[in-house]
Amino acid sequence: MSDMDEMEDGSGIVKKFMFLNRKAPHGTVYALEGLEVVLITAAFDQDVSMVFTDDGVFQLMKGIDTKGIEVKDFSKTYRALDGYDIEKLYVDQKSMDTRGLTEEDLIVDVTVLSVDEMANLMAEQDVVISF
Amino acid sequence: MLHIVNKSATDRGSLESCLAMATKGSAVLLIEDAVYAVTTGNAAATKIQAAAAGIKIYALGPDLAARGMAARVLDGVNVVDYGGFVDLVAEHSNCQSWL
Amino acid sequence: MQFGILVNEGPYSHQASDSAYLFARAAIEKGYKVPRVFFYHDGVYNASRLATPPQDDRNVSTRWSKLAADHGVDLVVCVAAAQRRGITDAVLGDNFRISGLGQLVEMGIQYDRLVTFGD
Repeated sequence: MSDMDEMEDGSGIVKKFMFLNRKAPHGTVYALEGLEVVLITAAFDQDVSMVFTDDGVFQLMKGIDTKGIEVKDFSKTYRALDGYDIEKLYVDQKSMDTRGLTEEDLIVDVTVLSVDEMANLMAEQDVVISF
Repeated sequence: MLHIVNKSATDRGSLESCLAMATKGSAVLLIEDAVYAVTTGNAAATKIQAAAAGIKIYALGPDLAARGMAARVLDGVNVVDYGGFVDLVAEHSNCQSWL
Repeated sequence: MQFGILVNEGPYSHQASDSAYLFARAAIEKGYKVPRVFFYHDGVYNASRLATPPQDDRNVSTRWSKLAADHGVDLVVCVAAAQRRGITDAVLGDNFRISGLGQLVEMGIQYDRLVTFGD
């Protein structure tokens, strides 16, 4: 049984789906398994945004090397997202600033929002899935 | 939007992040350990009260009672039961959990 | 109105599964429909029929099974998360089934509300 058994639900409904990522990678499983949901969602032609805030911004770091902790390195998957038409990736400036990060540190192109802009983005979503 | 927070504000940053991102007219519901934030003397109380202008704050009664906090709820916080929780989800067109 | 519920944590270690169950039950009591509950991450452990908690405490897994039996709730365990954690058909409790993440996405598309319970 595979996750790709379920394809479009055929209803023609398009909703704004937002995936809320607030946790760093590897210390917990949420970054990895959250990505897996997003990849499946690509098959359903919904209006998908991925939001990285608080420690979630760490998921997008360049230069990740997991050999020493012997876990799967899934960081390149963020770069594959646009191949799945998942192009709306957002981070907020404040989360970046408080962690000493700039856009140059990230493995993928993102849109950097102010806290207010991100708040407004969240408020207009139909479905928010949090990990 | 209904924002749902479940962790204690003196343990995690999720309530603070939520309050920063909750737009005017939204509601914030505290469940599980998050309910401590709306009890008298809790350090989070000032943040809650500052946010309360423009945002409605709710706390889940059974979670307060389970923690011995039912008699210590700040003024202005609306205490609801699970039925009230359901009503809040139904009334708001969208909801978001801050985990 | 149809509510979907996502449970991200296993029984006992986090209150998430309890909160989700009590929410589901309250929604049904109010006359709403809860057609499906989806279990992801460690939430898949809710489905194990091997759990034997103490008699004087709630049995989280069988409580879900009973909700499904009484009210037709579809209890879906994510196959990828289940495989990672050793939750197979052989250990599933009553009325749980293993299926794909698409079942979660469908809930978001088809239902009026989707509530996440997690850590």
